[in-house]
Amino acid sequence: MASYLRGIHTPHRKGTKNSPAVRMDIPQRVTIPMSMHIGKPAVPTVKVGDLVKVGTKIGDADGYISSNVYSGVSGKVTKLTDYLMHNGAATTAVVIESDGEMTIDESITPPTVNSKQELVEAIKASGIVGLGGAGFPTYVKLDVDPGRIDYLIINGAECEPYVTSDTATMLTRSDDMVDALNALNRHLGIKQVIIGVESHNKKALEAMKRMAASVDGFSVKVQSLPAVYPQGGEKVLVYHTTGRKIANNKLPIDVGCIVLNCTTVAAIGAYLRTGMPLVEKCVTVEGGAVKQPQNVIAPIGASLKDLFDFCGGLTEDPAKIIYGGPMMGITVANLDMSVIKNTNAVLALTKKESKLPKTTSCIRCGACINTCPFGLEATSIAEAYEKKDAAMLSELSVQSCMECGCCSFVCPANRPLVQINKLSKQFLREEAKKESDK
Amino acid sequence: MSSLTQITVSPHIHSGRSTTGIMLDVLISLLPATVVGVLIFGWRALLIVAVCVLSSVAFEALFNLIIKKDQTVGDLSAAVTGLLLALNLSANVEIWQCVIGSLFAIVVVKCIFGGIGHNLVNPAITARVFMLVAFSSLATPSFPVDAVASATPLASEVLPSLKDLFMGNYGGAIGETCTAALILGGLYLLVRRVITWHIPVTFIATAFVFSFFMEGFVALDALALVMSGGIFIGAIFMATDYTTSPSTGWGKVIFGIGAGLLTCLIRYFGTYPEGVSFAILFMNILTPYISRWTKRKVFAAGGTR
Repeated sequence: MASYLRGIHTPHRKGTKNSPAVRMDIPQRVTIPMSMHIGKPAVPTVKVGDLVKVGTKIGDADGYISSNVYSGVSGKVTKLTDYLMHNGAATTAVVIESDGEMTIDESITPPTVNSKQELVEAIKASGIVGLGGAGFPTYVKLDVDPGRIDYLIINGAECEPYVTSDTATMLTRSDDMVDALNALNRHLGIKQVIIGVESHNKKALEAMKRMAASVDGFSVKVQSLPAVYPQGGEKVLVYHTTGRKIANNKLPIDVGCIVLNCTTVAAIGAYLRTGMPLVEKCVTVEGGAVKQPQNVIAPIGASLKDLFDFCGGLTEDPAKIIYGGPMMGITVANLDMSVIKNTNAVLALTKKESKLPKTTSCIRCGACINTCPFGLEATSIAEAYEKKDAAMLSELSVQSCMECGCCSFVCPANRPLVQINKLSKQFLREEAKKESDK
Repeated sequence: MSSLTQITVSPHIHSGRSTTGIMLDVLISLLPATVVGVLIFGWRALLIVAVCVLSSVAFEALFNLIIKKDQTVGDLSAAVTGLLLALNLSANVEIWQCVIGSLFAIVVVKCIFGGIGHNLVNPAITARVFMLVAFSSLATPSFPVDAVASATPLASEVLPSLKDLFMGNYGGAIGETCTAALILGGLYLLVRRVITWHIPVTFIATAFVFSFFMEGFVALDALALVMSGGIFIGAIFMATDYTTSPSTGWGKVIFGIGAGLLTCLIRYFGTYPEGVSFAILFMNILTPYISRWTKRKVFAAGGTR
């Protein structure tokens, strides 16, 4: 490997990094959307009036890239409703009034796993998707020829400011992670595991080293990554841990790697041991407007309002409510939105925290070019986008942009650079579609 | 909660760096050279600084008013241009000439091309070259008020001592003589990450090596030549202008070496005693090409491996 990729020094603001995850009060009502993953939305398997328990399936995966959905509370289905996801996708949600009992579904038993195929089927049944944020159905990643896998890379970088829910996993769920790694080693033949953790996250590094020392029969390497955003970007992580480069439109498996978020790994381990599907998620509740910032284990479908109320409520009207971290997270307008499978943080930022400077003229300082981990020229891309020059946009490799936002973060003129990159990518997709429709 | 939360596209936080902040840093970094310049060349130097800065700001404000553009003088870049222009002038220059120079820098070089970030060449440098050509009096350098009059070192046979060159006690433009003050300002800009080492170091090093060869391998003479004239102020403050120099490390290295070479070629073989301004101006024009040659390589552009 030549050197580390570039990036930026964001403020960490990880005030909750030593906060053990606390299970929130049972919400009165949960609203569980059917589209908490990349791929086709699940199909509801319950109707109004049905009684469900913790772990009861309420949505069936629809097709290969999709995922099952389970209830995280016991109670009664009161509504099937239209639901607008924070990313703008429209889907259906199942509303369940909790009976406050949290009765566990009788059918919950640990899965029998004696082969690769059984492991993949089990993880498919578990409803586990990439919990770092992408929400890609995990079993699809593992459903590959084991001969192609050189490395399993576990993403513990958690490079976004504020977010510490993965750190909570690494500090307290080593056992779950070991269970998962043992199964992955046994059935997928994974010999080399690399766990990437940012260098400043010392406690997590130690916890992962202890975990690594406790496994038998395969090698787990814990790698300290530079505290430079975005270490958690998949291609960045693969390059920094293995020196392998993933081109645009390629996947980690194309270079012999599988990347799983550490919380996803822990979820696999817990499922294999207990048979309880993915029904709850650890969420960092943070931001200047939150009274008691902490890591909260919430049933999937719990509303943001219940989540904030559990954290003592909001001290002031937040300027922004964000799903995820402040670098790549998505803002939402109301607190009725639900915690979903891949929610790693919910932030309520004050006006001061989220104040952005005025946008002025580009002074060609080159900060965007010099901080881009992938060496893209945001300024040139912006010029090409303004001219709607598809050929030039392709030549500038805008499709490679992982939308990390370093360019916008550093721009002294606060130009919407990553935003234009996103629009450019969308524009190229539309152009390609027009071309193929001809 | 009120329903007035903002819906915006990420990122939701910012580094806090701003154009105004950067320009303020440049002004601060030029303060030592300005103060020393006034101490050496007297109150007239201060008057020239004031006139250049104020008229530069005024011309930009006026231009924006006339063409009904958002006011941009708050970004302090016009003040930086005015200050740099003043520091590159002799204390003898006529006040009306300062005003014309500022007008040329701000309106002709900068505003007409679209304002900050759009100028093709460095406004202060170009205005100085314009004045050099237009007003013959500029060829007469100013001298320290309380020093024995001597010709500007590059035009004379005898070089000032290294100590005088370092402290600035010799003839030249207001802000260019005190190498110590310029280095101090340069260090400030490095610490504040406003500039990188590439252009100043390669510019000055190239000029030193060239002079070292030309001076028969006498290092002290080469050093004296590099410290006299406008190399330090040019390399640290003018050649590092974002808009008119390359963005990438290698681009900056090429720019610095080119500027150093051209400066010495003009000094030794040209008709002008000093070549810094022309060298930087020429490299400004080459910058788009240098940028094209030194693009950063896109990650995994060669495919997956």
